[in-house]
Amino acid sequence: MRLTGAEITIQCLQEEGVEYVFGYPGGAVLHIYDALFNQDKVKHILVRHEQAALHAADAYSRASGRTGVALVTSGPGVTNAVTGIATAYMDSIPMVIISGQVPTPAIGLDAFQEVDTVGITRPCVKHNFLVKQVDELALTIRKAFYVAASGRPGPVLVDIPKDVSQQMAEFAYPRTISMRSYAPVTKGHSGQIKKAVHMLMEARRPMIYAGGGVILGDAAPALTRLVKSLGYPCTNTLMGLGGFPGTDPQFVGMLGMHGTYEANLAMQHCDVLLAVGARFDDRVIGNPQHFYVEGRRIIHVDIDPSSISKRVRVDVPIVGNINDVFDEMQKHIDASTVRPDTEALRDWWHQIGEWRSRDCLRYDASGTIIKPQYVVEKLYEVTGGDAIVTSDVGQHQMWAAQYYKFDKPRRWLNSGGLGTMGFGLPAAMGAQLAHPDATVACVTGEASIQMCIQELSTCKQYHLPVKIINLNNRYLGMVRQWQQILHGNRYSESYMDALPDFVKLAESYGHVGVRVENPADVEPALREAFALKDRVVFMDFMTDQTENVFPMVKAGQGLTEMLLGAEDL
Amino acid sequence: MRHILSLLLENEAGALSRVAGLFSARGYNIESLTVAPTEDPTLSRMTIVTSGSDEVVEQITKQLNKLIDVVKVFDLHEGHHIERELMLVKVRAEGKDREELKRTSDIFRGRIIDVTDRTYTIELTGPSDKLDAFLEAIDRGLILETVRTGASGIGRGEWILRV
Repeated sequence: MRLTGAEITIQCLQEEGVEYVFGYPGGAVLHIYDALFNQDKVKHILVRHEQAALHAADAYSRASGRTGVALVTSGPGVTNAVTGIATAYMDSIPMVIISGQVPTPAIGLDAFQEVDTVGITRPCVKHNFLVKQVDELALTIRKAFYVAASGRPGPVLVDIPKDVSQQMAEFAYPRTISMRSYAPVTKGHSGQIKKAVHMLMEARRPMIYAGGGVILGDAAPALTRLVKSLGYPCTNTLMGLGGFPGTDPQFVGMLGMHGTYEANLAMQHCDVLLAVGARFDDRVIGNPQHFYVEGRRIIHVDIDPSSISKRVRVDVPIVGNINDVFDEMQKHIDASTVRPDTEALRDWWHQIGEWRSRDCLRYDASGTIIKPQYVVEKLYEVTGGDAIVTSDVGQHQMWAAQYYKFDKPRRWLNSGGLGTMGFGLPAAMGAQLAHPDATVACVTGEASIQMCIQELSTCKQYHLPVKIINLNNRYLGMVRQWQQILHGNRYSESYMDALPDFVKLAESYGHVGVRVENPADVEPALREAFALKDRVVFMDFMTDQTENVFPMVKAGQGLTEMLLGAEDL
Repeated sequence: MRHILSLLLENEAGALSRVAGLFSARGYNIESLTVAPTEDPTLSRMTIVTSGSDEVVEQITKQLNKLIDVVKVFDLHEGHHIERELMLVKVRAEGKDREELKRTSDIFRGRIIDVTDRTYTIELTGPSDKLDAFLEAIDRGLILETVRTGASGIGRGEWILRV
């Protein structure tokens, strides 16, 4: 079958079972859009800015576990997409990005809308390709999907010059793929797994620390089974929330810079730490020198060898797919004659209980001003803990992570690695498309939401009834908090004057807008909003302007050097 | 500590910049880098001389392995190996210096490959420190130009790095 490069591109997407492509047309991709027009298997979602196409495709992937696909034109199409590509890269999200390029004879001549796409995206993709011959196109796209979703996942970009999308070639989709330079390890080393299980069984103060890899590897059930069978405490990173049920008594909360008192102390004082699908990053363990404890042994399970012993030296490295490693671990645990020392474990839980009794997430809910934490708590109640929650970046993100208890994976979607403001709304769109019947809530702030506010228009076009929870404190809240705590109350450029009337703004896009100013109105407003199943509702909560996120570990400090509340300032 | 890494990578446009970009993005040292296609034209062989603590070099090796175009990475310092570098030096060679330069070049097994009334161009190969020693041995003021390729390395004996 002879097809044009554009038709081949779309055929490949069909072969990969792609449901949605998020994109924006332009000169260099016109042939591809033409091929898209002539079929109805692959549906296209027209966003209002390429950054949103990337975030939506990214969140579609986070929510569904499938590879997200975006389509952008050359030059500014690509540069607008870079923030979204880097966001996906930092959080290891499988994505394929198809970008148009100027025709091959024009490459390098500073043509209209030309940019060195492969060069500009190289540091923030897992891999990228420039397709120079149409007969290489199908194999290249096949490789892109394979590389994106295997091993440690990530975004892969395929740059297609306009003439290549126009030329004809024989099309046959390659069924199998093998790349001599790419063979990700899946099965963990059996000797190391045995050693790890032995170490875990002998632990007196064990701790399990699970990150985003558990979600990406679809290993939440295996993690939960392992943690339950051992009876050990478990913490999740910001990216790992939902990997272990947030309402389980063995869950000690999120750890890290804004983690719970009990999670951070248990991390520091445990004698055996099992780290899984996590990477000991600066927001999670703080200062690595301070984190080091003589005698504490660390087991680290990860699909990516370069994540192991990068910031923290570990004792038992296990490279492999988490599910495979956990299956093998579970067999050894079940067969083991050594059982954990119940007395030591009881003492350890007693200690953790003492730390827990500090009730570090307590906040003062009295008064006439809406506390942002209260809104998230009510959101949790009203949605029965069953919503997909997306967020932007800042204080609201931390409050959502702290107060919404995620019992299941792929329910909490946020930009943890890159910390991209503007992620929340397009992410909610992607999640809603992945799960049309799910309740999707975007917890955001008045600053973040304005970074991709134009997507309210996309929500209208495709009837995506997401609910926006805007925690409006009239400040760049997290910046303000750091300025208060670290910069002597000098609030440099963190106050926003001249905010839009979000109610009217939502209405002008054809949505429902609500402003909530009293604590007593929070719950009724949420109930009313979530009852409007088929509408976007923009809820503008006027919250306490100076509320801070606690606990807090200042950047560069030790994990246990926490500020627990205003009294510590 | 100095390490010499040997790589096999796909001989594709952009493979070199992926490696070079990795070193600059992550702040790794790069002393020299040589690359050329092998007898199999789909593969290139690269030698990188770098320095860093064992932890850093371990990370460099892992990060290189993670690049999709990289087929194999080996740290030659883990076994016996041979390394060679080529240097071309143009020197001012007049009067009594002419004989002295010829003698020193002979001692270092260099070859004079171009001669004018006032200059010699000397070709020298060897481990990088031998080339350094040659430059130390001659009068600094006579050196007009030096061109060095950076080290290429290979394992000793039966040990082979191939696909």
